[in-house]
Amino acid sequence: METYGRRQFIKSGALALGATLVTSRVAFARADSGTKSRFVFVILRGALDGLAAVPPYGDRDYAGLRRDLALHAPAVLPLNDLLGLHPSCAFLHDCYTSRELVVFHAVASPYRERSHFDGQDVLENGNVRPHAVQTGWLNRALASMHAPHGPERERGVALGQNIPLVMRGPAAVTSWSPSKLAALDDDTLQRIADLYASDPLLAKRLADALAADEIAVSAQSMAAGMVKTSTASADSHGDASNSAQEAALLAKRAKSGAHYVEVVNAAAGFLRREDGPQVAVFDTTGWDTHANEGSAAGQLAGRLAALDSGLRTLKEQLGPVWANTAVVLATEFGRTAAINGTRGTDHGTGAAAFLLGGAVQGGRVVADWPGLSARALYQGRDLQPTLDLRSVLKGVLQEHLRVPFDAVENSVFPDSRNAKAVKGLIRT
Amino acid sequence: MLPPFTSAIAANRFGLGARPGDLMRIGSDPVGWLEAQLEGTPPAVVGEGLRSSGDVIAQSLDLRREIRAARRSAQMAGGGDEAAVQAALKLPQLYRPLYMAEATARFRQATTTDRPFLERITQFWTNHFAVSVDKVAVLGVAGAMEREAIRPRVLGNFGDLLLAVEQHPAMLLYLDNYISVGPHSRAAEFLEGRNAKRHLGINENLAREIMELHTLGVGGGYTQADVTAFAEVITGWSIAGDEPNLLARLSGRSGSGELADRERGKFLFRPELHEPGTKVLLGKHYRQEGIAQGEAVLSGFAAKPATARFIATKLCRHFIADDPSPAVVDRVAHAFSSSRGDLPTVYRALLSAPEAWAQPLSKYKTPTDYIVSTFRGLDLPVGDGRGSIAAFEAMGQRTYSPGSPAGWPDRGDDWNGASALMKRIEWADAVGQRVGGRRDAGELAPQLLGQTLSASTRTAISRAASGAQAVTLLLAAPEFMRR
Repeated sequence: METYGRRQFIKSGALALGATLVTSRVAFARADSGTKSRFVFVILRGALDGLAAVPPYGDRDYAGLRRDLALHAPAVLPLNDLLGLHPSCAFLHDCYTSRELVVFHAVASPYRERSHFDGQDVLENGNVRPHAVQTGWLNRALASMHAPHGPERERGVALGQNIPLVMRGPAAVTSWSPSKLAALDDDTLQRIADLYASDPLLAKRLADALAADEIAVSAQSMAAGMVKTSTASADSHGDASNSAQEAALLAKRAKSGAHYVEVVNAAAGFLRREDGPQVAVFDTTGWDTHANEGSAAGQLAGRLAALDSGLRTLKEQLGPVWANTAVVLATEFGRTAAINGTRGTDHGTGAAAFLLGGAVQGGRVVADWPGLSARALYQGRDLQPTLDLRSVLKGVLQEHLRVPFDAVENSVFPDSRNAKAVKGLIRT
Repeated sequence: MLPPFTSAIAANRFGLGARPGDLMRIGSDPVGWLEAQLEGTPPAVVGEGLRSSGDVIAQSLDLRREIRAARRSAQMAGGGDEAAVQAALKLPQLYRPLYMAEATARFRQATTTDRPFLERITQFWTNHFAVSVDKVAVLGVAGAMEREAIRPRVLGNFGDLLLAVEQHPAMLLYLDNYISVGPHSRAAEFLEGRNAKRHLGINENLAREIMELHTLGVGGGYTQADVTAFAEVITGWSIAGDEPNLLARLSGRSGSGELADRERGKFLFRPELHEPGTKVLLGKHYRQEGIAQGEAVLSGFAAKPATARFIATKLCRHFIADDPSPAVVDRVAHAFSSSRGDLPTVYRALLSAPEAWAQPLSKYKTPTDYIVSTFRGLDLPVGDGRGSIAAFEAMGQRTYSPGSPAGWPDRGDDWNGASALMKRIEWADAVGQRVGGRRDAGELAPQLLGQTLSASTRTAISRAASGAQAVTLLLAAPEFMRR
């Protein structure tokens, strides 16, 4: 891709922005300690196929590797002459056009093996090795930020029954998920709380649950008052599916879209509150596309459409808070450059990641594109990583959440000195 | 001399939760009570609507044929694929009642068995060799895999268990191996010669997860090259189904492409898909031909020290504590290696470890543990299973649905989230309301919790405003949340 001058094109933007940031940040440091900023981290578990989500349709080796699963113009939503977005990602493309999305490609955590579970552990623990610590980088980042004045409050919320590793650690965080059972009466609840008085873990968890419920209930009732159309878009792409099995997946797809709506409404409810948590985390599954991955339509297309529509709902639900919000979507690693023998892809290395939100200095691709020729591939099979995911996360934490530099370098991402923060990701 | 809470450990941590009278029966010989459960053949699970995996897959093949036909005629009619959609929905319609029957039978077995230690062991292995029904293809056969491949072998040898699981159609479907094709296999070369558009090749999903999750463990000293080689070794491990004419011709089976009915839906080694030649794995040359090559590799994996250590760590984490001491892991791993994978020997090593009995309530219950122990403790009827199966899902542990081949996680922090606790309390409240005054929580508490029952829980139960609330408090008590 020499004609492209990819290195220059992609990096020059970031560098220029970085320069302006150095000055503006000093001014901002006092006026805004970052407490208005909101951050959402979405974990795409199972290894999202970056070469399908962000197809390098301008790379001369791409079509040969992907064969009939390759995505081409005009179906691809273009980002530039090299890279585009999967046709299911209409909302993400809108964000790109309105300069609220940065797309990263050929990105990877320090993990270089191909186990999902270790890969996710490294993605979440922020260390260079799996199982190095039992806390997550995002929690450690929260712990290093100046606590807001007033009573101790939850700094982060995990949308799910339990707290994922990335949010575990010293900072107070909570979890929330929708309930179908009737509420308990206060007397029983009080007695249970008394029963937990001598059990610090359960006492803490119960208190957290009660506080989260209070916030979520008000959020849900607000959301219920708004007109919701976001699930519809889950089905509007993937032109005239001619496969009956795909059609049968529609019901499931709509269901997963609906699932996002509930989670996203709750996340927005927490983040909208001035005294609420600054950070929300949720995870999505089903990205492990070993067989029958599909192309413009099919399995992965359906999941991407549901995710895309969930993100659109998030923006709608956040309302004015979207302007202060940054969302990162990341996965544990990418998938093989070539399709395998079962019309899918196996575990790979270099992946794609996304940063979007009203606070984001977007409309850009950040990728030092390594190419897809046999020699360029990592171990002859995967997209070669050229960007450390921690560089992205470090940039966002510092510029957006104002996490102090020392904390980012030492406690949040230890042993990451070689992964310099990408600058200029956030609007100043 | 064992401390007084050992009977509660036996019933609640090694078993699935005490039933009234259990602690008395266990008395001062918890190890004897548990070891007795390792005697005799593992009981088969029976229940209405259970079918063999081969039967289910054979029927699904018929349905797939109908779906293809419906799609073709819809295409010919131009657009209007309503009929095709209806046809495609037939697969989930076939699978869903089977799933409910399996989940219900499993739950009933757990709540009623007199060998709860054996049942927990079975659940452990099913989770170790996890398939997940969020992949629709295994929705109708996940339970059958447990009944057919796992249950009969939990008191046998690890190598036999391993082989049975990896050759079970549910596993071959779940991790895609049934369609994995050697690049130099007869099928691939035949197509290559005809310049066919369809590209055949390996899918390394099952190979990787066998090494990482079923045997050696992720630090087990293998490389990507080993994974690729192993994927080639097990090409051809497939399922007998409708034979495309090509495969039939290559394999020399019947020209019509049909297999005998008794074979369809079962494990089938397809030599025409198998990558020929010697493979090198973990530095060892495997010169066997055909299916024997994969069987030799698997038995090699089963004998590796890394496998012994990996399995021992998981067993100790499950039965003793989230972070078991290296000493006890060593002891169990040694039992595994020195007995060459004789599973009862391994279980007895667990039971004879002092660490197993030192600390009560060292494990936070999973939702499954919680629901099953409630049903056992309160002697609740499983009924048609619908309500109770829904409870697993509401608490985040839908049966046979861990969502990944790694299975459900097995540490407290994976289950003790604030929202998860609330779900549990809400469910405990619903159970309390349902049984009302028909259970005496004050009488049950010492029978279920023994010496682990705390004074504060005893007092709270005795002062409850109603019989229903007393039951809720018993189920919500810190000592009932743990095992």
